[in-house]
Amino acid sequence: MIRFENVSVRYDGAEKHTLSGIDLTIPEGELVLLVGPSGVGKSTLLGAVSGLVPHFTGGTLTGRVTVDGRDTRTHKPRELADVVGTVGQDPLSHFVTDTVEDELAYGMESLGIAPDVMRRRVEETLDLLGLADLRDRAISTLSGGQQQRVAIGSVLTTHPKVLVLDEPTSALDPAAAEEVLAVLQRLVHDLGTTVLMAEHRLERVVQYADQVLLLPGPGQAPVLGEPADVMAQSPVHPPVVGLGRLAGWSPLPLSVRDARRRAAGLRAGLADRTPEEVEAPPAAAPVAEAERLSLRRGRIEALRDVSLAVRPGETVALMGRNGAGKSTLLNALVGMQTPSGGRVTVGGRTPAKTAPKEMVRRVGLVPQEPRDLLYADTVAAECAAADHDAGAESGTCRALVSALLPGVPDDTHPRDLSEGQRLALALALVLTGKPPLLLLDEPTRGLDYAAKARLVTILRGLAAEGHALVLATHDVELAAELAHRVVILADGEVVADGPTPEVVVSSPSFAPQVAKILAPQKWLTVAQVRDALSGESTP
Amino acid sequence: MSTTAGRTTLRAPAAGRSNALHAGAWWLWALGLAAAASRTTNPLLLGLLVGVAGYVVAARRTDAPWARSYGAFVKLGLAVLVIRLAFSVFLGSPIPGQHVLFQLPEVPLPEWAKGVRLGGKVTAEQLVFALYDGLKLATLLICVGAANALANPARLLKSLPGALYEAGVAVVVAMTFAPNMVADVVRLRTARRLRGRPTGGVKAIVQIGLPVLEGALERSVALAASMDARGYGRTAHVPARVRHFTTVLTLGGLLGVCAGTYGLLAAEGAGYGVPVLVIGLAAAMGGLRLGGRRSVRTRYRPDRWGVRAWVVAGSGVVVAGLMVWAGSYDAGALHPGVVPLVAPEFPLWPALSILVGLLPAVVAPVPVGGVRGGK
Repeated sequence: MIRFENVSVRYDGAEKHTLSGIDLTIPEGELVLLVGPSGVGKSTLLGAVSGLVPHFTGGTLTGRVTVDGRDTRTHKPRELADVVGTVGQDPLSHFVTDTVEDELAYGMESLGIAPDVMRRRVEETLDLLGLADLRDRAISTLSGGQQQRVAIGSVLTTHPKVLVLDEPTSALDPAAAEEVLAVLQRLVHDLGTTVLMAEHRLERVVQYADQVLLLPGPGQAPVLGEPADVMAQSPVHPPVVGLGRLAGWSPLPLSVRDARRRAAGLRAGLADRTPEEVEAPPAAAPVAEAERLSLRRGRIEALRDVSLAVRPGETVALMGRNGAGKSTLLNALVGMQTPSGGRVTVGGRTPAKTAPKEMVRRVGLVPQEPRDLLYADTVAAECAAADHDAGAESGTCRALVSALLPGVPDDTHPRDLSEGQRLALALALVLTGKPPLLLLDEPTRGLDYAAKARLVTILRGLAAEGHALVLATHDVELAAELAHRVVILADGEVVADGPTPEVVVSSPSFAPQVAKILAPQKWLTVAQVRDALSGESTP
Repeated sequence: MSTTAGRTTLRAPAAGRSNALHAGAWWLWALGLAAAASRTTNPLLLGLLVGVAGYVVAARRTDAPWARSYGAFVKLGLAVLVIRLAFSVFLGSPIPGQHVLFQLPEVPLPEWAKGVRLGGKVTAEQLVFALYDGLKLATLLICVGAANALANPARLLKSLPGALYEAGVAVVVAMTFAPNMVADVVRLRTARRLRGRPTGGVKAIVQIGLPVLEGALERSVALAASMDARGYGRTAHVPARVRHFTTVLTLGGLLGVCAGTYGLLAAEGAGYGVPVLVIGLAAAMGGLRLGGRRSVRTRYRPDRWGVRAWVVAGSGVVVAGLMVWAGSYDAGALHPGVVPLVAPEFPLWPALSILVGLLPAVVAPVPVGGVRGGK
């Protein structure tokens, strides 16, 4: 269905080829998962299938890409629209119209499909994706998972044979991600659509893949094969694979179910041990406290009676579905939103009533989009500004950048940094004021496993130095690795608050994979299990 | 039994996608009211027009974002009225008046500014004249606001002829982008707090200008890629002769429309206004129709122009027509005198003809869940 023949891509002005010498064939009706570290050319490869590379992005493509027999060199993206459906990372930038039904029809209108056929296909697609109740809704009022399903639906109505998706679940909470993946599986199983999908969050998707296409590193030859075989050698892999490799299971399990069936022995071996207790931070006066905090936006109560205290050295994970009030709570803690009831104190001050210059020395927030913090056009200028803003000695910020982000020259434009580097830069800027409380909103969005591991190391270091950390995240694996405590929000209320193992192990949607495999024992991460096993062999 | 059935079919149905009133019908209705407003300065009639438009909006608007624009238009109308009055007070007016209300200190101006006056005496006549004039402008704005609140702008653009499709898309994209950009500005402004900078002030706006534009640009590039990948811009081949003919028809037609509209609104040219407007419209329509041949697009569930649309659009046209006619049989009542000051009378027949404009409040489909009084 998709065939790459000795394909190389090089963007104008780039020194190296982004892709080189790709030779592969993807058969019809398969769900192929594209994995690899950041910056290895995954998006470029996806773009080459839909013809956007090079027709839209510029650059030079050598070799030949054919989709359903059509050569992308001679067919522009719009002429491939009836064969390939493309959904990008951000569904909101994909939408052309404003209501669900019109959006589903848009592609067909462009292709000139007869009105009665359009009507029938829209109805079918509404049913297929479970969108019938939302047909008249304005797209901007939908949740993330619903928007992603509408985006997929909008390319499905033209009946493409190939569906290309770039990180369809990265921005979604676990339940919404399940929704989208269920739809994709249905397409592959019922309609025989070929799906090519890139995704960082392998723990969510790898069990659905028929084949995995691994791009191991820039310039290296791609590997296409059975998921279990490819995962055995992949530098990026989900915790379930990590545990499988650790326990030496073969073939490697890819789903929690497979792993659980194999794990009886491991569970027995671990039965008389307990995970190394994460050292609870010493009891001290809380750096931040919210008491019966309520916050209204228009008629919506974004937070209701939320009480929370964060102590120095403690890491708290805020979890809950999209729109549960996680970001709002963080914003209230830095004073970006004024509470409508209750009390917030951070470092003894009321955030919303304190001047920003004062607040930066008490609390720092890295927003969901770290770019929001960056205004200058070089790293050095950002640092100078940060020193000035925080009233810190000059050079403070630059020293932090060098520690968190080694090897980035002063004159780099922040835009040219990768997602993970930008996050580290924003973190350094925020840390310049030495705030005892650090808040991070969805820090692992768009990060690959390597960048995530670096982030975890950095954050652990900060917690050890006595910083209090609050993370709002959908990433259950991150919470399992870092958090002492998990707070779950639903509809603006706290529904659970307790030590991480107690809260997550019993939860179907917030439990990390290792916990699901080894439940009822309270193991959370592969590293914990590895430590316990190596401890067993030494004495 | 049969009477209830008859009553049920006559009653306005609940609005849905399939029976939605054509957006053009609302605009014709509102433009009819606006044309009527342009024909009179009688404050009672103007007030009645505002009342009619307001009642229909209250009875038939949805809770969609654009429906909230009505309030903004009303405020804009009031602002125009106030500004008109203020200008009259401070800059004086050519209206000769006897009833001096108060005297402002007059600023002496140099010779070259002769004819311009700053301050001076303020007469009741000039204020009343300014009030009538401002009220007329405000009513026009409120009529436009009513159309805006009642007609879905995206659907209106969807009913444009195929040749105008690209322009329509540009407008729709702009309309969805504007709220996104506003959201960006708000987000970035509050994010400044995180760097310890004040969130208000001109400096904040200047500093976030670039990131906001950058964000908008990136979004538009992503959207362009998505549209391209979804088949936007596929075209069919059209012979050159047809293309040239299309251009001539469209441009000529548009000129005709402009001239005709001017004639209609300028009161002096009512004689040639209508025919020129009709010919211009016909030519432009023809041009657009031909131009549509280039596009291979089809339309998904276009709004149909049904009986109810005819009634709604017709009621507006009738109001305009009756007011134009009233101008010939009762010109005095439509333009109450200012010098000498007289209380405006309330002309019965023109008032009754304005009430025809209430018809849409009964015939148009009822938006579900948004209206009082219906089940």
